[in-house]
Amino acid sequence: MRRAYFKFSWIAAALLAPQLLIVFVFFYWPSAQALYWAFTLEQPWGGGNTWVGFDNFRQVLSDPYYWSSVRVSVIYALATTVLAMSMALILAMFVDRQLAGYKAYRVAIIWPYAVAAPAVGLAFQFVFNPGAGLFSYINTIAPGWWDLSKYPWQAVTAIVIAGAWKQVAYSFIFFLAALQSIPRSLTEAAAMDGARPLRRMMDLQLPLLTPTFFFLLVINITDSFTDSFGIVDTLTGGGPFRATDLMVYKIYADGFRGFDYSGAAAQSIILMLLVMALTFVQFRYIERRVHYT
Amino acid sequence: MAEISIRNVTKTYGKTTIMQGVNLDIHNGEFVVILGPSGCGKSTLLRLIAGLEDITAGEVLIAGEVVNQLEPRERGCAMVFQNYALYPHMTVAENIGYALKVAGLPKVERQSRVEATAKSVGLTDFLDRKPGQLSGGQRQRVAMARAIIRSPKVFLFDEPLSNLDAQLRVQMRHEIRRIHNQIKATSVFVTHDQHEGMTLADRLVVMNKGTIEQVGSPAKIYDNPASIYVAGFIGSPAMNFLPGHISVALRGVVLESGRLVPLASQPNLPDGHLVHLGIRPEHATLVRAGAGTIDAQVDMIEELGASRLCNLLFEDIPICVLTEERPDLAAGATVGLDFPPQRIHLFDAVTGRRIPNDLALVFEKREQPISV
Repeated sequence: MRRAYFKFSWIAAALLAPQLLIVFVFFYWPSAQALYWAFTLEQPWGGGNTWVGFDNFRQVLSDPYYWSSVRVSVIYALATTVLAMSMALILAMFVDRQLAGYKAYRVAIIWPYAVAAPAVGLAFQFVFNPGAGLFSYINTIAPGWWDLSKYPWQAVTAIVIAGAWKQVAYSFIFFLAALQSIPRSLTEAAAMDGARPLRRMMDLQLPLLTPTFFFLLVINITDSFTDSFGIVDTLTGGGPFRATDLMVYKIYADGFRGFDYSGAAAQSIILMLLVMALTFVQFRYIERRVHYT
Repeated sequence: MAEISIRNVTKTYGKTTIMQGVNLDIHNGEFVVILGPSGCGKSTLLRLIAGLEDITAGEVLIAGEVVNQLEPRERGCAMVFQNYALYPHMTVAENIGYALKVAGLPKVERQSRVEATAKSVGLTDFLDRKPGQLSGGQRQRVAMARAIIRSPKVFLFDEPLSNLDAQLRVQMRHEIRRIHNQIKATSVFVTHDQHEGMTLADRLVVMNKGTIEQVGSPAKIYDNPASIYVAGFIGSPAMNFLPGHISVALRGVVLESGRLVPLASQPNLPDGHLVHLGIRPEHATLVRAGAGTIDAQVDMIEELGASRLCNLLFEDIPICVLTEERPDLAAGATVGLDFPPQRIHLFDAVTGRRIPNDLALVFEKREQPISV
């Protein structure tokens, strides 16, 4: 790899400083703090702490509630990723084939990405509310059948749908860009070779999309582990019966409601390691199957 | 194998007309080259035949059947694209065999046909490679093999050689012609390179601004260009043009400077009719100053090895003369130019069309007339 060397310059340092400061204050400092807290027992109101070594981790990992939180987080991450990416791919293919009205929904599909997670959760409150939302029509047919504050699987389904809805936009943009970067002559060559649109999709477009597919897989899984707090908080509050108590949400609940700063810090560290490990696994084992052209 | 008939075909994109009322008949087994500058509609015409573009008006017939409404796969054409359009994630063998795979041929038969086709274009050693690992010439061969393997009724070539370097281009040109001579499928080849067009074509179609200017054998078009546009486009270096008017009394063309250029025969035109006199660089000869048809000043001499390109100025009109002699001429020197009367072309200054005269007929006898 080629390297460039630059002379030190005060102007460059001054221009970099604001960004570096933000990264330091909002990432490195809290991370270091969390790491420190994870190995100590922190008093909720401040004032002294005790070094406890791996006790916090031992406690977290022996907590059955924590493992059920990991389980539902994995289910949530996989389900939202699969749902969001498949929806995004289908929509991107429609737009790429310029089906009727594609110009209107090309713009409309990008919007959800600009909506903050808590707002998404709030909006889906109105959709999923058993008494007044869209889903309440189900209850007029089968009274009491739909209630996400009562049935765990319904609550999980609800946050998966809301989470996927938010992530569709991001994947859509990338899929569309990737589809449009496939040279038109390739599609035409396949058409001359006798392949119909569906066949061309299977033999040509999907294989050529694999780099994008892989990139989005990494981003979506990471996002659904770390960026789901807002949706859970506004839509289900972790319930019912801790059914939607995702790892990020549990960190918040244990730390700021249960005042177990040390336990929450240990969970943060575990989540960070988990996301890093997942990303590593994806690069190590899935990237091999990717055709970069 | 099949004949192609293009009947009154028009193509518009929105309000822009790309092609206006084009008529062309391509015979069975013929190699036709469509030649023209970029943007003249030549690629569009090819894509209309292939079915990659919709026909706005008119009809395209392949083997006597109107194909306007048929999908590309139903037309029996194979196409070689300018950028080859190879499938980057498939091996050479998979690229060549893709059409057969889509058609549902059994694997064994597919494999033997892929191998046979690869052998015929010299790709046997590269079957397991991906297109990204091939040179430009090899990619071109894969694109050819992919077209050949289907035994199509019609071959369509969309500037397939323009991405190759000069040497490889000549080599692939020969190969394409050799393959055509072997399998004799009707071929339509689009290019902006006149050398490619002249060397490959049985018949040449010269296009300009969405219409066909002239159709004929390369020699016929060179000898008898139908318009000032074709005359300037075919031939390298390009034909020289001198404006003037007809003088019946003097049996010739009076140039703007008052110089008379005698003609071999009297064209059937009124006195004073405005014309452009055309003479090819290879047909004008250098003579002593004052001894030729006109005198001109030397601007620059370009050495080409076998010949020399003399750039002259005749009253601010650049004239190019190609000579095999080695004249000792310095810039600014005056030299005489002789225009053999039987080599002079005349074009109507208003319509740009060729003005027929007896001498043109002399050259037309050199070949059998071809019905267009």
